[in-house]
Amino acid sequence: MKSLLKYMKRYRLEAVLGPLFKLTEALFELFIPLVVADIIDKGIGQGDKNFIISRAGLMAALGVIGFICALIAQYFAAKAAVGVSCDLRSALYKKINGFSYTDLDKIGTSTLITRLTGDINQVQTGVNLALRLLLRSPFIVFGAMIMAFTVDVKSALIFAASVPVLAIIVVTIMYITVPLFKKVQSNADKLTLNTRESLKGVRVIRAFCQESQEIAKFQDTNNRLTALQKWVGKISALMNPLTYVTVNIAVILIIYIGGQRVYDGTLTQGQIVALYNYMSQILVELIKLANMIITVNKALASASRVEAVLNREVFTEPLSADKDIKSSSAVEFKKVSFIYNGAAEESLTDLSFTAEKGQRIGIIGATGSGKSTLVNLIPLFYGATGGTVLVDGKDVKIYDTKTLRRKIGIVPQKSVLFKGTVRDNLTLGEKKATDEELWSALRWAQAEETVITKGGLDFEIEQNGRNLSGGQRQRLCIARALVGNPEILILDDSSSALDFKTESELRKALTSLSQKPTVFIVSQRVSSIMSCDKIICLEDGKSAGVGTHEELLASCEVYKEICHSQLDKEEI
Amino acid sequence: MKSKVLLKVLSVLGKQKIIFSISIVLAVINVALTLYVPVLIGDAIDFIVGEGNVDFEKINGIIIQIAVSIAINAIVQWLMSVCNNKLTYDLVHNLRGRAINKLQALPLSYIDTNPYGDTVSRIISDVDTLADGLLMGFSQLFTGVITVLGTVVLMFSINWKIAIIVVVLTPVSLLVAKFIAGRTYSMFKLQSETKGRQTAFIDETITNQKVISAFCHNTKAVEQFNQINEDLRKHSFKAIFFSSMVNPSTRIINAVIYAIVCLIGALTVISNPQFTVGALSILLSYASQYAKPFNEISGVLTELSSAIASAERVFELLEQSSEVSDEGLAEIQTAKGNVALNNIRFSYIPEKPLIDGISLNFESGQQIAIVGPTGCGKTTLINLLMRFYDVTAGEITVDGQNIKDVTRHSLRKNYGMVLQETWLKSGTVKENITMGNPSATDEEIIAAAKSTHAHSFIKRLPKGYDTVLGEDGGSLSEGQKQLLCITRIMLCLPPMLILDEATSSIDVKTEIHIQHAFKRLMAGRTSFVVAHRLSTIKHSDVILVMKDGNIIEHGSHRELLKQKGFYYELYNSQFAE
Repeated sequence: MKSLLKYMKRYRLEAVLGPLFKLTEALFELFIPLVVADIIDKGIGQGDKNFIISRAGLMAALGVIGFICALIAQYFAAKAAVGVSCDLRSALYKKINGFSYTDLDKIGTSTLITRLTGDINQVQTGVNLALRLLLRSPFIVFGAMIMAFTVDVKSALIFAASVPVLAIIVVTIMYITVPLFKKVQSNADKLTLNTRESLKGVRVIRAFCQESQEIAKFQDTNNRLTALQKWVGKISALMNPLTYVTVNIAVILIIYIGGQRVYDGTLTQGQIVALYNYMSQILVELIKLANMIITVNKALASASRVEAVLNREVFTEPLSADKDIKSSSAVEFKKVSFIYNGAAEESLTDLSFTAEKGQRIGIIGATGSGKSTLVNLIPLFYGATGGTVLVDGKDVKIYDTKTLRRKIGIVPQKSVLFKGTVRDNLTLGEKKATDEELWSALRWAQAEETVITKGGLDFEIEQNGRNLSGGQRQRLCIARALVGNPEILILDDSSSALDFKTESELRKALTSLSQKPTVFIVSQRVSSIMSCDKIICLEDGKSAGVGTHEELLASCEVYKEICHSQLDKEEI
Repeated sequence: MKSKVLLKVLSVLGKQKIIFSISIVLAVINVALTLYVPVLIGDAIDFIVGEGNVDFEKINGIIIQIAVSIAINAIVQWLMSVCNNKLTYDLVHNLRGRAINKLQALPLSYIDTNPYGDTVSRIISDVDTLADGLLMGFSQLFTGVITVLGTVVLMFSINWKIAIIVVVLTPVSLLVAKFIAGRTYSMFKLQSETKGRQTAFIDETITNQKVISAFCHNTKAVEQFNQINEDLRKHSFKAIFFSSMVNPSTRIINAVIYAIVCLIGALTVISNPQFTVGALSILLSYASQYAKPFNEISGVLTELSSAIASAERVFELLEQSSEVSDEGLAEIQTAKGNVALNNIRFSYIPEKPLIDGISLNFESGQQIAIVGPTGCGKTTLINLLMRFYDVTAGEITVDGQNIKDVTRHSLRKNYGMVLQETWLKSGTVKENITMGNPSATDEEIIAAAKSTHAHSFIKRLPKGYDTVLGEDGGSLSEGQKQLLCITRIMLCLPPMLILDEATSSIDVKTEIHIQHAFKRLMAGRTSFVVAHRLSTIKHSDVILVMKDGNIIEHGSHRELLKQKGFYYELYNSQFAE
C-alpha cells in the first residue's frame, strides 16, 4: 500500500482532480430530484408553464455539466491508473534485473511473472475504478441522505435507519461469499491440474488402460466444483432481493409517514416524490459499491504482492575479497566452501584445485553433489562463503562483475534462446561482435550449417527458440558462449542432449582453437569427460578425487563405480 | 457459423427444458412486479395531494399491495438466480464431463500436435467464459428484453405521446455507445497486441533471468522492456479513456430524455387533469427503467459474443473425431511376445514419408536396442508398437495377429512401458505403483518395490507407501520417479517391454539400481530398449539403427560393425579424439 501511494504521488494532480470532478458530477445529480419536486409543487401546483420550461432546461443543463465533469474525471482517472501501473511495472522489471541468483532462487521466476503481468493489471483496474467510484458511491448515498434531511428531517430518519441496514446486508453477504469464492477458485485450479495431467501423461494412461480412472477423478472434482458454485450462487443471489426489500420497505415508510406529514401540511406532494427518488438513487449506488469493493480488494491484494518484491532487499555478497592472494593459474579454488542462503548444509566443502590456461577440466558426480554449484562460483553467480575463487590470478570478488563475466563463456544447462535474430542472440554478451566473429563461433559450435540453411544471421528465432530443434538450440547456445573468445568456457551439462557424434566434433573444434580457452565440462557421462586433462570427481560437495581418468580409476572409488555403471570393461 | 454454435449451446441447454421454462416464467413475473411496484407507489402519491387532503384508507390498502408485491418479487428474484445458476453450472459440468471423456478417446496425433495449454484453456477458461456469458445473458438480456417490452406497453397505456418520445429517443444512447465502441475497437486491439508483446517479453526474459545476468544483458533488457512499456502506456491510456466515454455519453442522453419527459409530462398535467402527478412519477420511473437495458446491452453483447467464440472452441474440441472404436474386436490374452513388422509404412504428415516399407521379425524373449542420433524418431517406433499411432500401410503383428484386429486395451496390457520422461499421477505412491494391477496385495507391492530398489526410499517418505505425491511426482528426484515407474511394471509383469534409458540427471547410485531393475525385468521378455549406453547396446540380440525417422540398419553389434555403415561411425565417434 505504501509504495503504491509513492507511485500515486507522481500523479497527485490527476488523483485529486479525477475524484473532484466525479464528485461535482454526483453533486449535480443530487439536485435533480429537488428540481423535479419544484416542477411538481410550483410548476404544476401553480400551473406555471414558463417555470416548468425553465426548470426542465435546468435539468438538461445539469445533465450536460455532469457529462463534462464525468469526461474530465475519466481522463484524469485513466491517466493516473495507466501511469501508476506502467511506472510500477517498469520499476519492478528493473528491480528484478538487479536480483542476484540467490534472490531469484528464493522468489522463483513464475511468481515474478504473475506479479509483473496479472497483479499490475489488477492494480491498474483498481486504481481506475477507485478514482472514479470509490468516493462517488458513498458520496451519493450520504448525499442523498443529507438531501433527504434538507427536505424533511423526520422522514429522513427513515434514510438514516435504512442505510446501515443496507450496509450490513452487503457486508455480511460479502463476508460469507469471498472465502467461498476462493474455495471455488482452488477447485477450479485442481480441475486445471487434472486436465494437464491427463494430457501430459496420455501415453502412460493409455499404456496402463487408465482412461476411465482418469475420467472418474476429473468428474469427482468437477462435481464438487459445480456443487460449490451453486451453493455460492445461492448465497450471493440473496444480495439483490434483500436490498430490494429493504429499500422498498423504506419507500413504504416514506409514503406512510410522509402521507401523514403532508396531511399536517409540513410536507408537499413534490417533496414525497423527491424523497422517493433519493431512495432509488441509494439502491443503485449500493449495488455499484458492492461490485467495486470486490475489485478494489483484489487490487489491494495485488498491490501488496507487487510491493513485497519491490521492497525486497537485494542480496549482496559479503565482500571479503582478499587482495593479497594471488595465483598464476587461469582458475584456482583455494579451500572453497559454499552454502546456499538459508540451506542447512554446505553444498561445497573445502574444495581446492587449479586449472591452467587451455586445460580441459571435467567435473563429474551424482545429482546434488555440487557440480553446477562449483562452476557457478567462477562467474560469481554466487560468492564462495569460505575460501577464495581466483580467476586470472585475482579473487573474483575484486572484479567488476561485467569485466569478470566478459572473460567467461557459459553454456547453461537449458538451451535458452530469445526471440530475435540469430545475431541478436549471439551478441547477447558481446554487443560489438562482428559478423565474422559470429560465423567462426558458429563454425566451432557445429552450427554453421544450420544457420546457413535457415537463412543466415538475420533468421528470426521465435519465442523460446520454438522454431529450432533441441540440438540446434544447443549448438547456438554453445556458439553464443564462444563469441568474443572467452578465456574460460563453461559447459554446464550442456552436452547431455547432444549425440555422441556431435559431441566429439565439438570437442575436436575446441582443441583446435588458436586461443585455447580453459574449458570446464560438467557432465554425468564418463565418456564426455574421460579425456579431460583433469577430472574433479565430487561426492556430497566434497572432492572425492582430482586427476586424470587413469589416475582416478586407480585411486578413486566413487569414480570407479561411476565408470563401471556406464562403460564396458574394455572401454575403461 | 455463429448461429450454428448458438444452436449447439441451446441443444445442450434443451435437456433442462423444465428449469429453463421455470426461469422464463420467473423472469416474466419478476419484470411484471418490478414494473408494478412503481405504479402502486405512483397511485399512493396521488392520494397524498396536500394539506388536509390525504386519503389514508386508500393509501393503507396500496401499501399492503406494495408489501405483498415486493415480498413475492424478492422470492421470485432469488429463485430466478438459483435457476439460472443451475442452468449455467450444469451446462459447464456437462461440457467438462464430455470434454474429459473426449480427451481420453482422442487420437494421440491430436494431443501431440496441439499445445497442452491450448487444450487446457478450452476445457477450463473457455468453458468459464461461456458460462459467464450465458449467466449474464440469462439474467440481463432476458429480463432486459421483457423490461423494455413491459415498460413500452405501460408507458403507452399511461400517455402515448410521451411514450413515443421515450421509445424513439432512448435507443439513441445505444447508437452513441456503438459509435464509440466502433471507434475504440482499434485502440483496444492495439492495447491487447502491445500487452501480448509485453507478456511474451516478460515471460521469456524473467524465466531466463539467470542467463540474462550471466551475459550481463540486464541494462539492455530493461531498455527493451521500457520501450514496450511506453508503447503500452500510450495505447492503454487511449483505449481506457475513449472507451470510458460510453457510460457518461449514454447517461447524458438519458438525462436529457428525463428532462424532456419531465417537461412534457408536467405540461400535460396542467392541460389534462386526468394525467396526474402520480402518473408522471410512474412515467419518469419507467423512462429510466426503459433506458437501463439499453445502457447494459452493449456490455451484454460483448460478453455474449466472447461466450460464443469460446463455445466454438469448446465444441471444436468435443467434435474432434475419436480414435477408431475397437468395440467387438478380439482380445489378446497373454501374448508370447513374437512381434513382426510386415512391410510397414508410416508418416505423421502425408507429404513427408518417414518409415517406408520395413519388415522385421522379433522373437519372443529377444532384446532389441534402438539407437540413433537425437530426433531420429525412436519414439515413432514406440508409438506404432503401442498403437498410439496406426501404421498407414502394412501391418504389425503380435503372435501372428494384426494388432489392428484386437482391442487397444488388450494389446497395451501386454506391454510394459517405462519412458525417460517419467509420469506419475497426483495420488499416493501405492496408487501409482498399482496402476497396472489394482488388485495387488501389500506384500506383492513391497516385494516388487524391493526388487527394483525402490522400497528403501519409499520407506523413508513421510507416510511410506501412502505418501501423496504432488503434480508430476512432486518432490521426488528424476531417478526415484523412474524407479517407481519400473516398479509399476514389475507388479504386472507383461510379456513385452518398452524401455527408455535415461541419459543424464540421474545420480550414479540410482542409475545403477535402475540398470539392475531393468535387467531383472527384461529376463525372458521381448524388450525394446531405446539405448544410450554402449553396454546395453552391445549385448542386444538386435540393434535397430535409426536416422531421420527411418530404420537404416539392423543386426547384431558385430554384424553392424562389419557393415562399416552409420552404426560403425556412431560407435567410433564415442571414443574419437
